[in-house]
Amino acid sequence: MQALTSRSLARSSRSIRAFSTSPGRWQAEPLQKPVLQKEFKIYRWNPDEPAKKPHLQSYTIDLNQTGPMILDALIKIKNEIDPTLTFRRSCREGICGSCAMNIDGQNTLACLCRIDRNASKDSKIYPLPHMYIVKDLVPDLTLFYKQYKSIKPYLQNDNVPEREHLQSPEDRKKLDGMYECILCACCSTSCPSYWWNQDEYLGPAALMAAYRWIADSRDTYGAQRKEHFQNELSLFRCHTIFNCSRTCPKGLNPAKAIAEIKLALATE
Amino acid sequence: MMSTRALGLGSSLRKVALTPSLARNRLVVRNTVARRSIQTESFPPSTAVEILNKQRLNRPSSPHFTIYQPQLTWLGSIANRATGGALSALLYGFSIAYLVAPGTFDSTHVVEFVAGMPDAVKYAGKAILAAPFAFHSLNGLRHLAWDMNKFMTVKGAYATGYAVLAGTAVSTVALVLM
Repeated sequence: MQALTSRSLARSSRSIRAFSTSPGRWQAEPLQKPVLQKEFKIYRWNPDEPAKKPHLQSYTIDLNQTGPMILDALIKIKNEIDPTLTFRRSCREGICGSCAMNIDGQNTLACLCRIDRNASKDSKIYPLPHMYIVKDLVPDLTLFYKQYKSIKPYLQNDNVPEREHLQSPEDRKKLDGMYECILCACCSTSCPSYWWNQDEYLGPAALMAAYRWIADSRDTYGAQRKEHFQNELSLFRCHTIFNCSRTCPKGLNPAKAIAEIKLALATE
Repeated sequence: MMSTRALGLGSSLRKVALTPSLARNRLVVRNTVARRSIQTESFPPSTAVEILNKQRLNRPSSPHFTIYQPQLTWLGSIANRATGGALSALLYGFSIAYLVAPGTFDSTHVVEFVAGMPDAVKYAGKAILAAPFAFHSLNGLRHLAWDMNKFMTVKGAYATGYAVLAGTAVSTVALVLM
């Protein structure tokens, strides 16, 4: 058996070598893309070294060996250069809202933001503005979620129907442009009013969620929901700055939703 | 002869033949590779909150207006606030000054004081007063439109924003030449 194996091995390896060592002439040489080095400056802060001040760390990667989005660049840096770089990400297609950050001065989702191919200009990546930082690009969103919870983001209706709550197509249409919100916090953290008063002002994301339920024909607690905003800060700290709508990565219009609540309160 | 090639075993037999004997001995591999140098500490769940709270105290606040892209939206809002503040300060300042010293701050004295100035100072002073006034007034109209739920889109905000800037430029020139 031993002799048979080695003999046939020798034969097969000889015949295979004849194929494997000569490069296939039919195979085209793979095109070598030119190297396109781009610098990324990324905000770093490590909770294990709290005395060290936050700083920008520079990474240079080849854009032709990277995917098209900022998130691809971040993942490449984390995989290949610095595994300590910390950021949130999940769906990589703009539906989970995890990778919200400030890229080149604008809040957006890293997975929906294309890398600027201009390699002579560096890209600066900061966490969401005016938030407490857990580590690197990870902000503490506890308060943001608490504010969302405070507006009771669920259907409230005491007349429970026999079957489902019915709604006309026109009434359903009123919710378009609001129900799509993924709570990425880009809008709230772009708002100067929210920067200065986030302990009391609810912020565009929570307020649009509130109006989504006020505008819903199936919800009967509109009056109580509006009553919740009858004070100086919760709603009326909005000065119609429009940073929220300008920055929304889903193209929604929180400023309009807030204006609708204001108008509803004013004309009550 | 039983041909290994005919049975399709050629490559797998070759692989076995060529791999070093160490890799074939699974036990040896497990004992040398599976040892890792990372040490972990275990804490009871009660200390988790303590560690978290300690971290929370140290957390920095991320940078905001210093790194945010300059946009017509929020710069316009700041300008509205600043011009409003400045105009109010001027109005209240002048009114209080008139109360305190009516002799020096009445219209006649102010007109005389300004009339004695060189033309360049007159025009510059007029421009400094007219520009914030024009901007704040026109932007106020923009805010009233917004409060009536008009132009409440990003496009609307930009269109009205540029309209206000253009209107400010025109009315400032008009006011200076008056």
